[in-house]
Formats: sequence, structure tokens, C-alpha cells
Amino acid sequence: MIELVSAERCIQCNLCVKVCPTNVFDKTEGGVPVIKRQEDCQTCFICEAYCPVDALYVSPFTDEAVQVDEEELAAKGILGSWRETIGWGPGRQKLAALDQTPFIDRILPPRPVRAAGISDVKVQTS
Amino acid sequence: MGIEKAAVKLDTDVLIIGGGPAGAWAAWSAASHGARTVLVDKGYLGTSGATAPGGTNFLYVPPNQEKREQAVEDRLEGGGYLSEAPWIHRLMEQAYQNIELLEQWGYRFPLDGNGNLFKAHLQGPEYMQIMRKVVLKAGVRILDQCPAQELLTDEHGVGGARGINRLDGNVWEVRANAVVIATGGCAFLSKGLGCNVQTGDGLLMAAELGADLSGMEFSRQYATTAAFGTITRNRMLGWATFYDEEGHVLHEGGPRESDFMAKQLLKGPVYAVLNHADTEEKRRILRLSTPVWFLPFDRAGIDPFTQRFPLTMRYEGTIRGTGGLRLVGHDCSTTVAGLFAAGDAASREKTAGARSGGGAYNASWAIASGTWSGKGAADYALAQGKEARVRQLRLAGAYGLERNAQSAETIDTKAIVEQVQREVFPLDINYFRSEPVLEASLKRLHSLWPAVKGSVPKTIQGRVRARETAAMVATARWMYTAALARKETRGMHGLREYPELNPALSHRLLLSGIEHIAIRPEQVPSRTYDVIPPVIVKEAARL
Repeated sequence: MIELVSAERCIQCNLCVKVCPTNVFDKTEGGVPVIKRQEDCQTCFICEAYCPVDALYVSPFTDEAVQVDEEELAAKGILGSWRETIGWGPGRQKLAALDQTPFIDRILPPRPVRAAGISDVKVQTS
Repeated sequence: MGIEKAAVKLDTDVLIIGGGPAGAWAAWSAASHGARTVLVDKGYLGTSGATAPGGTNFLYVPPNQEKREQAVEDRLEGGGYLSEAPWIHRLMEQAYQNIELLEQWGYRFPLDGNGNLFKAHLQGPEYMQIMRKVVLKAGVRILDQCPAQELLTDEHGVGGARGINRLDGNVWEVRANAVVIATGGCAFLSKGLGCNVQTGDGLLMAAELGADLSGMEFSRQYATTAAFGTITRNRMLGWATFYDEEGHVLHEGGPRESDFMAKQLLKGPVYAVLNHADTEEKRRILRLSTPVWFLPFDRAGIDPFTQRFPLTMRYEGTIRGTGGLRLVGHDCSTTVAGLFAAGDAASREKTAGARSGGGAYNASWAIASGTWSGKGAADYALAQGKEARVRQLRLAGAYGLERNAQSAETIDTKAIVEQVQREVFPLDINYFRSEPVLEASLKRLHSLWPAVKGSVPKTIQGRVRARETAAMVATARWMYTAALARKETRGMHGLREYPELNPALSHRLLLSGIEHIAIRPEQVPSRTYDVIPPVIVKEAARL
């Protein structure tokens, strides 16, 4: 669940308020957005991808609120790490171009052919 | 209570409800066919829907007749003989053409080992960010954070919709001669990745206008996730060894029988470790194919390649099911004049049959049905003699709305949602289906129904959630009504009492009605070799 809007980093663009698919943030008068409906967070991490200043932190635990330490998250490079992974932000290579899915079938442990499933149509990759 | 005044009123030709992939493609298609188009989304076009946060596979079969024939044959069988060959062919061709467009629009596909672009997988955030740009460039007006709450109608059919802006509470109304429902399926707030926006709202709105549903029994789909998390990409577990609480190996790598996880989870906790990704290269490939899967582990301080983690199964409802609004035309029209459906809000039986094809079939269906419905809606709207704004339209919503409250008692949305979840989440009700258990569950769901006719909470979120609650109760009732009527095992549906496929039941099940649900069979058209052409959109000049 969403656990942090860093007041130090936030530039009050309110983009998180605008893009959150489940409406967990509220904007405030002259201040940083607040996490108003934390229980509605679906832990999809996408707000982090959109935040231009890496001010948000979504904890991996979807059913329980946890205490987070902003300094520690910043020091470990966790703030902004998802945006970096997908390659959004200036000077970064987009994840799309790094996608290794074409090679995934080659390393798969053997599995039987099933009548229906995502592997029922295979694109030749070799 | 009187009718609230709408603070925002728009007039247009086509209204698209929903901003996931299907809605985005529908809006692009409608606008590209000359219709003034408005798209409203509960969330934000770019982040909404099951596709946006993660990655998804596509059915991407280049135009090779033999490969496509084989894909069709596989699907007819895998889908329990409820799909139709011409629709599957058209699906493949449309998805193929549109994925080519995505490349033109700037999606950077990776290279495979032979230096060819690999186009059978897309990263969600990137894909949907591009779709937003394309939709805006096509001239579509987007209203984000604006859930539709009810449709407008008169004796000629649908005429638009009305809803609320979640950020400022303003009521909006869009009048349009054609409406595309692209609101997704319903996963009952199970927190599967990206699935909580989809609460069945579009199914309820369309049913209130008399639209039929089809295939609602094909809704027995769960995804395995880390117990603490939300990421539903089962593919990664192909490299796992599974353990019970005491550390005994339940399964050592490789393929598992289809009910493995559900059976084990009924017995007790199950743990996994991806120890079959046993080289740095394998780990790197997995991480760079599905990075969102690893994100929660990295943050929780668990190395999934070496450390055991607990698993759970999250219900995916009709999102990975195949049921939804019944389509009656090639243009994705429904039985209601002017009303179209696309993506997971529509029944996918014509292409997928009785079993979801995982991400591949569904994701391609969103592209294709969006494109078809957008053109269908544009053609329909532009052929009408008068604009929607001069029609005598009324509001069609009936449940979970203050205007129609039948009692002063406020709808306890939290309690009702939890009760619905207690009926649809448990594996021993909805996965291992049996007649007496489903009958008892359906009875409890029916008894919940009157509660959604109460008074609506006053807050913005309360108003939205009341309507969602009504949609979820209705959807659960439809699902189990259909499940009990299909007395056989076919595709993803099964009943313990009827473990075999019954050839006499090779028809679809249509549902109609909300208060009282009627059910009737629909024959699947006999096999033809007709060709339904794809929709070609000449819009290159626009971009």
C-alpha cells in the first residue's frame, strides 16, 4: 500500500492525485497531497512511475500498513526505483526495449502442451 | 428526490466509458472514423485497468495461413467449442495490424535472438502512455477520474451517460447517440494487479437498459501471488519448487497439474522458491521480462530465487473469465440500440470460448474489440437523424443511487462488499464448484440484493462505492445463476456433480434481468469459413 508522500521532495504538481486509478490521494490547499484512502490502494505501484520527483513509496505489503523511514528509503535508493526500472525520466532507456520476454521460453523447465493457455500459440523466436 | 443538476454537460457523437486498453482503442477508432468522441474513465487513461501496471502477452501471429489455422483449431478445442472460427481469424488479423501501428507510434519492441523485433509482449505503463497520446491526438476529449454511474436512454435506445467527478464531486453528463461500454470485468476488489478499478459497473449499467449477458459461468479463474502482494504473473512460478508448512516438497519444478495450487492451498499454507532459475542468465531474463513481479520481493527483502515465500490465490472474476455483455453484431453491438461493448466488459466467448487464453487472447481482444466497437459506434452515431441533445433522455440507473433509494437506511458498502467477497473468493465455493454449495451461496447473494436499494452515503467516494457495490452483488448473482445452469464441465467451468463435458450443452447461456434473472440457451453458429474483414483505420495522416 502507499505509505509515503515525501514533503521534502514533493513539488505539489498533484499528478499522483490525477493518475491514481483508485483515488487514494487528495490534494490540499497549498500543501502536498495527502494519502486519504490508504485502504483503497491496490498496490499497483503506478503512481511511483508517474511521480516526476520520486516522492512516493508504495510498500509491497498490500493488506497491512507498515511504518516507513523516508531517510532509509532514500539512502537505499528505493525512492524512485520503479520509475528507474521502467526507464521513465530523462536519459533513461525504456524497459520496453530491454524486455527479455523473447528469451523466456528457452529457459523454461519442460512443460506439457496444453489445449488452452497463454502458450497455445507460440511465435517462433529461433 | 429530484434529479441533480449536472455541472458539466457535453454533447458528442460517441461516448466511450472506460479508459483501459479496450476503451482507448475504441476512442481512437471512433474518432478516426469521423465521430466526435468523449472518453470517461473512473481512473486515468494510462493507469486504469489490469494491463497498465504490468506487462502482457499478445496473440501475435503474423499472416501465415497455416499458423493461423492451427491457432484457430487449438482455440476452438481449448475454448470448449463455444468460439467461432471467423471471429478468431479476425481477432488475430486485427491485433496484428494494430500492434504494427503501436510500433509506428513509438513503442520500442525488443529484439529476439535473431535480430527481429519481438512483438508478442508489451510493458503496460509504456503501452498505455502511448495509447493516451494517440487518443488525444485523434481529437478525443478525455474526462479522467469521472466514473460513469448510469446511462441515459429514450425509446430509441441509449443516449449517453451521467456520472460524478471523483476529485471535485461535480456531476457530469455526456449526451451521445452511441455509447461503448469498456469498463472491464469484475474482480470484486480482490487486489489482483490493476484489477480494483473493475467492479462490474458497465455490466450493471447496460443490464439496466435491458442488455443481455453471456458466459457468466466462465468465471472460475484465480491467479497465484505472493501472499503479501498483488502481482499476478503466474508464469514466474514455472521456475518454482513448492513446499508445505513443514518444508516438505510438494512439487519440484516443471509442470504442475491444473488444480495443484488450489488443492494444496485448501490443505494449508504453500511456499515457493524460484530455484529452477539456477543461473545468473536465467535470473536476468526473468527479471527483465517481468520486473513488476520482482519489485515487491526486492522491497520486502526477500530473494525469491533462494528464499521461500508464502503464496495465495487472488480471484480474477470476469476479468480473466470470458463472460460479459452479449455481443450480437460484428461491430460489437449489443441488443440495445446504440450500445456497444468492448474488452472484458463484453463476452469473449466468440473468440476465447469457455476458457480465457490468459493474457494473450484477452489483451488482443481488447485491441480488436475496441477497434471494432469504436467504428461501429461512430457509424451508428453518424447515421442518426438528430443529435442526442435534442432527444428526450431520461436516467436509466436503478440501484445504488440516492434518487432511487427505497429505504432511509444507508447502504453499508463495506459490509456488503465483504459479504460478496465471502461468497466469491473462497476456493471451496467458487473454484471447486458444486451444486449444493453454489445454491446456498446464490441464496445468500440474492438476500443481499435488497440492501443495495437503500440510501446512499453522502460522500463522493460513498456514492461511487454504493454503485460499485450494487454492480458487484449483481455480477455475483449472474455468475452463480449461470454456473448452476451449466450442468457439466466445460472450459474453465466445472461442477463436481458433472465432471464431463456434455455435447448436448454446446450452447451459450444468455442471462437477462437484474431483479429476476432469466436464462436461455443460444446456439453457437455452425462452423463457417466466412471471412470477416478487419477494420482498417486510415489515420497515418493524423499523426
